[in-house]
Amino acid sequence: MNKPAFDVQATNAASRKAAPRKLSLKERYNLMTGDLGWETTYQPMDKVFPYDQFEGIKIHNWEGWQDPFRLTMDAYWKFQGEKERKLYAIIDAFQQNNAQFNVTDARYINALKLFFQGVSPLEYAASRGYALAGRNLRGVGARVACQMQAIDELRHAQTQIHTISHYNKFFSGLHENSYMFDRLWYLSVPKSFFEDAMSAGPFEFVTAISFGFEYVLTNLLFMPFMSGAAFNGDMATVTFGFSAQSDESRHMTLGLEIVKFLLEQDPDNLPIVQHWIDKWFWRGYRLLALVAMMMDYMLPKRVMSWSEAWEIYFEKNGGALFEDLARYGIRLPKYHEVASKEKGHLSHQTWATFYNYTHATAMHTWIPEPHEMDWLSAKYPDTFDKYYRPRFEYWDSLAKQDKRWFNPGLPMLCQTCQIPMLFTDVGSDPTRVVSRESVYRGTKYHFCSDGCKDVFDYEPEKYVQAYLPVNQIFQGNCGGSSLSDVVNWCHVEPADSGDFAQSEDRANWNRWTHADAGSEA
Amino acid sequence: MQVDIKTSGIRPIRQTFSHLARRFGGDVPATRYQEATFDLQPTVNFHYRPLWQPQYELYDARRTAIVMQDWYAFRDPRHYYYGVYVQTRARQQDVQENNFEFIDRRGMLRNAGEEDRARLARFLVPMRHYEWGANMNNCFSVAYGYGAAITQAAQYQTMDRLGLAQYVTRIGLLLDGNATGVLDRAREGWLHDPCWQGIRECMEELFVTADWFEVLLAQDFLFDGLVYPTAMTGLDQTLLPQAASGYALATEFARTWYEENVRWVDASLRIAVAESEANASLLKGWIEHWLPKLVTALRPWADAAFGDQAEEVVANAAAELTTRAQRAGIALDLPAAATRQEVTA
Repeated sequence: MNKPAFDVQATNAASRKAAPRKLSLKERYNLMTGDLGWETTYQPMDKVFPYDQFEGIKIHNWEGWQDPFRLTMDAYWKFQGEKERKLYAIIDAFQQNNAQFNVTDARYINALKLFFQGVSPLEYAASRGYALAGRNLRGVGARVACQMQAIDELRHAQTQIHTISHYNKFFSGLHENSYMFDRLWYLSVPKSFFEDAMSAGPFEFVTAISFGFEYVLTNLLFMPFMSGAAFNGDMATVTFGFSAQSDESRHMTLGLEIVKFLLEQDPDNLPIVQHWIDKWFWRGYRLLALVAMMMDYMLPKRVMSWSEAWEIYFEKNGGALFEDLARYGIRLPKYHEVASKEKGHLSHQTWATFYNYTHATAMHTWIPEPHEMDWLSAKYPDTFDKYYRPRFEYWDSLAKQDKRWFNPGLPMLCQTCQIPMLFTDVGSDPTRVVSRESVYRGTKYHFCSDGCKDVFDYEPEKYVQAYLPVNQIFQGNCGGSSLSDVVNWCHVEPADSGDFAQSEDRANWNRWTHADAGSEA
Repeated sequence: MQVDIKTSGIRPIRQTFSHLARRFGGDVPATRYQEATFDLQPTVNFHYRPLWQPQYELYDARRTAIVMQDWYAFRDPRHYYYGVYVQTRARQQDVQENNFEFIDRRGMLRNAGEEDRARLARFLVPMRHYEWGANMNNCFSVAYGYGAAITQAAQYQTMDRLGLAQYVTRIGLLLDGNATGVLDRAREGWLHDPCWQGIRECMEELFVTADWFEVLLAQDFLFDGLVYPTAMTGLDQTLLPQAASGYALATEFARTWYEENVRWVDASLRIAVAESEANASLLKGWIEHWLPKLVTALRPWADAAFGDQAEEVVANAAAELTTRAQRAGIALDLPAAATRQEVTA
């Protein structure tokens, strides 16, 4: 007989051993995660996990941690491997077909520059931040979830580089994102945001990033770039956006899970968590000023206005979320009403500021075309024509006389969010800049808003350390005293900055896209 | 094709990212590994000292005593970036999945001899906790390490160790017809069986060791170098053929993984040694500190698992490590006895 010996034994053994039984998914997942850890006895647990107490969060039972995805590594490798196979096939095809020429027009690339300079480095930061949390949280389940997010975020950083690599070969401003991230003034906004979270304790980090960033604000950050890409024919970016979406939905769920877990563990956690929600809402909202201007000004084909996005994703969806959290005693984040009031002004003020300082950035700015101004008037009936259109039209007239306005000075930065002090008092006088101050140890610090002042006042010893680019420039730490010294020091090349109308990007684009008519210059 | 004709006149304005052009001498197209790895980590102008370690910057090379001119010298010989990493593991897990299915269908583990099942339950299954410890130690290196090259590889290693802990857990389930008795006893064994206590004690000491490079070396080079050839892949010689086949199939992923992993670990050691005399002597000191200690810790387990073969089995693993260290440029001054240490009965 050809029957393998094992089968014979299997039959013989049937009486000895019951047939395999099914473990429930939950039991099985616990064996694959929570049950792997142990209480150390040769070393005290407090020494093994030295950083999960100092924030004052009380956890009584880590078993209360429920991972909603129950993803084991074998399944992770399989799903993610399949996703990468497809993603890289599309990136390859994109490159071979020079599909970068399918985007609406070369102005769109500036949205990509903002993303690559300001957002991609955050993916890497998130990866390292979740590795910290993935080592330092005491509960095994929470650590596994953080470790998975850590490697996902590395994925996002790398797939973004691989996608944008091809654009870099044809357009300015994409050639050196991580170097610029450490130096260029407006990039200290996202950099300080993430370093603020990473330099906090592990519980604040996960509340800030998993809840504040991934859950509450992701639809206003990551998604606008991806839908902007879709509307503007950027198939490469759309593809990594889609590919990242299933990771993002895991991360969002984790964010909600974390906050609920903290609140269920001990009533004393409530005020701490509420403070973090207030702080990180405001920090996140200020960071979104960059996204607001991208949505309203940088996309040749617009998806929706910043104001509409804020209404849908924060006022409506966020409102429902916080209603749901009310049973834990959580209320809407402080100053949410200020953010809502600013929605008619935010993008215009931010774009105007970048227009002023475009010679010190690694992207181009421009005055919106007449039909784009009309779109802005329609989307912002109460604010655009009254406060902003006249300004843009005036600058436009200067540019037409060859007197394009560049602001030769340097702006004062907010000590907390590090955005130039550009936000106005939209409630009483939208033409007057908001300015707040605190004095700490004899030195005066400046803020763009009550929200930023509150964040500082709660932990002044932390925020006095902020590396404010403008202050550093004046102190002579940034390559020299002239603007071109500073810009060189950031590795910004001449082609990277200035008005779009005079840019190499525009000249190249016109030459290349006319090439299909055979008029290759 | 028409598209090619249309775009033939379009010349890129540059071939690669500026930082890669500076590193690799000129504007030439970079590989995806290079793009995904080099200079990814921020290096200057940090905003806030960490509340948890105010003596350091957020990313700070001083968290290890190893000193490197360029932390991106730690190139991964496998050239793993995320995409290549997950696709490689996806293929390997496919093989392992088939193996598990085969083992299960044939009852190769649950129906193996009573004594062999007991052996695997006692000497292999507690390795799930060892792997989890290795996960923590590698995650430590990702969290506190410097430079995206070595931390990236440690990140893959972190997830690999979670995967390996889960595979060993599945072996426990297969031994027990999908019941949890074997896993429960393995957990007891890890916590209380005298043969595991030396190993657990060393693992816990690594949890509180501050220098991440020392942790990486002690865990991935030394500890694994002793434990993989013995517990993870060497137990077949103590088993009857049926259980030995089941064991070999059940640990195939681990075997392949370990061989691959050695390439990265040895390369990293070689690079750190080649950098300077100071690094070399530091690494030598760490090996001379940890190796005898780990050998001693492993002996009770080896005595229980291998009986009178124990000394030879452990000595072979230690000798292999000595050879690998030598290949990396470190000649150890350990007396032969230190790696063949007798254990008080």
